[in-house]
Amino acid sequence: MSRLRRAGRAAAAGAAVLLLRRRRRPAPPEQAGGGVADAGGAPPPGGRVLPEGRPDPRAEAGTAVCLVLAGVAAVAFMVLYGVEPDTQALGVALGACLAFLAAAAILAGKRVVVQERHVEERPPMADPAAERRAARILEEGAGGISRRRLLGGACAFAGVATATALAAPLLSLGPGAPRRGRDARGRWGAGVRLVTEGGTPLRADDLVVGSFVTAFPEGAEKEDIASPVVVIRVRPEEIRPSAGREGWAPGGIMAFSQICTHAACAVTLFRYPLFREPGPAPALVCPCHYSVFDVLHDAEPVYGPAHRPLPQLPLAVARDGTLRATGPLSGDPGPSWLLTDT
Amino acid sequence: MTRLALLALAVLALLAGSAAAQGPQKTAGPSGPQAAHDPAAVARGRALFALGCSGCHGMDGRGLPGEGPSLAGAGAAAADFYLSTGRMPLNGEPGSEPLRGEPAYPDAQIADIAAWVASLAPGPAIPDVDPARGDVSEGMVLFTEHCAGCHQMVARGGLVTRGLAPSLQQATPRQVAEAIRVGPYTMPVFPETIISDRQIDSIAAYTELTKDPHDRGGAGLGNVGPVPEGMVAWIAALGALLVVARIIGERAR
Repeated sequence: MSRLRRAGRAAAAGAAVLLLRRRRRPAPPEQAGGGVADAGGAPPPGGRVLPEGRPDPRAEAGTAVCLVLAGVAAVAFMVLYGVEPDTQALGVALGACLAFLAAAAILAGKRVVVQERHVEERPPMADPAAERRAARILEEGAGGISRRRLLGGACAFAGVATATALAAPLLSLGPGAPRRGRDARGRWGAGVRLVTEGGTPLRADDLVVGSFVTAFPEGAEKEDIASPVVVIRVRPEEIRPSAGREGWAPGGIMAFSQICTHAACAVTLFRYPLFREPGPAPALVCPCHYSVFDVLHDAEPVYGPAHRPLPQLPLAVARDGTLRATGPLSGDPGPSWLLTDT
Repeated sequence: MTRLALLALAVLALLAGSAAAQGPQKTAGPSGPQAAHDPAAVARGRALFALGCSGCHGMDGRGLPGEGPSLAGAGAAAADFYLSTGRMPLNGEPGSEPLRGEPAYPDAQIADIAAWVASLAPGPAIPDVDPARGDVSEGMVLFTEHCAGCHQMVARGGLVTRGLAPSLQQATPRQVAEAIRVGPYTMPVFPETIISDRQIDSIAAYTELTKDPHDRGGAGLGNVGPVPEGMVAWIAALGALLVVARIIGERAR
């Protein structure tokens, strides 16, 4: 209990010092070097406890420069995030920001603030006199700083910039986040053939009921977020497509964008139980956060954090037996927060 | 008994070989009822089935509503997989996930029951797999593409919603091959057109490797990925930091 109260009093004393610091009057220099030697005794009225610190303008300038650079790095992070969100560059910017903050803290601690080791005597803060003395030490510790304004300003800039930089990515979750256009749906369109990872055209006969395979549009970048689709085959009679999607699944073969609409992971899990009742139903499952998409009904999310269905690719079997798209993806692939229009 | 089992296995292997040689098929070498099953094995299998399996799958193996699925078309591969991994007879309610356990039947009886199931309708035969014929690095690429999503990169298993993707540490190459062709429980099916028999050899070579992987980075920590590795790093690094802080404090005194 009493320890708590003591801590409370110490905190109050610290706060009072911070508030009253500006009104500090320069103390007459005396007891130079005396310092802590008389620790425990009552503080000399008006006299210094710590030796007078000497301002170190170079260290102060260095600290200010570090703080400003930290702020600049934080601003650079925000600019990069908005313009070219390359994770490596973002990491370098944020890392530089934190490194400069650390450098500033080290410089300030080592060179700017008066260096004085003080061992707290027991019982600590037992009487008001000792408390006043501790407050005096705190107050005088900051006495050796000359360019207080500069340092304060630099500190504020670095702090505000860093905090804003860390909060900036939250903007992407807002309702005003820019949306991608129709070109985000990649190369898919009427007549585009589906090819496997190895580049061979996918044929309807390649898939039996319950099998699945990853496919890409022929001739397109595989890294394009719209490219990978997961092609599955179920029994045609079990599909319950919504209006407008009839005929998108020849022979029970369906293709959905493989990029999860929650966090852009590749949806690599397909469960197709042979025995349904009372077992689980067929579904595509994202391995990252276990979003579950009902493949029998437009890949609507039925479990997990994903909120939008996986866009479906309408399919047809060409005369030569290969699978072809008959139109673009039914929606934008990937999560809504993906801003890049790749 | 052992001789009988060997004989049955040899017959099955021959059947698988002849079926695979029949030309392009949708699934790996299905053996139809027209294929010559050893009538004695089928008869023994039917008797065993009636005793141990018909309660859920029906006397004719065509399934009972709400109890167990029809086995017509499941093939010898499915029967051998479920029985040799101890997943059948099911240890739980109908519809619950079959989990690996001790096989309830000796190998010879499993072969008999598989012969009876295979005689019901054409289905995948027991694949002929040999990891020695496969290529480990190709197997790893294929495993990454088709299997690692559920079974984890070093085949330690994982979760699918409402299902468990088992670890493959105990799976024999033959069971791996059967699972690929059959798609047990919620696992999808991978026909010959997507994973060829030759590629299955490679995948089996890789799953064999995962039973004793080369941990070039030091301790494998169960090979289950970044979470335990990160925990070890954090605990070890934090401990080291505490020691450093203590040393600095000692010096400053």
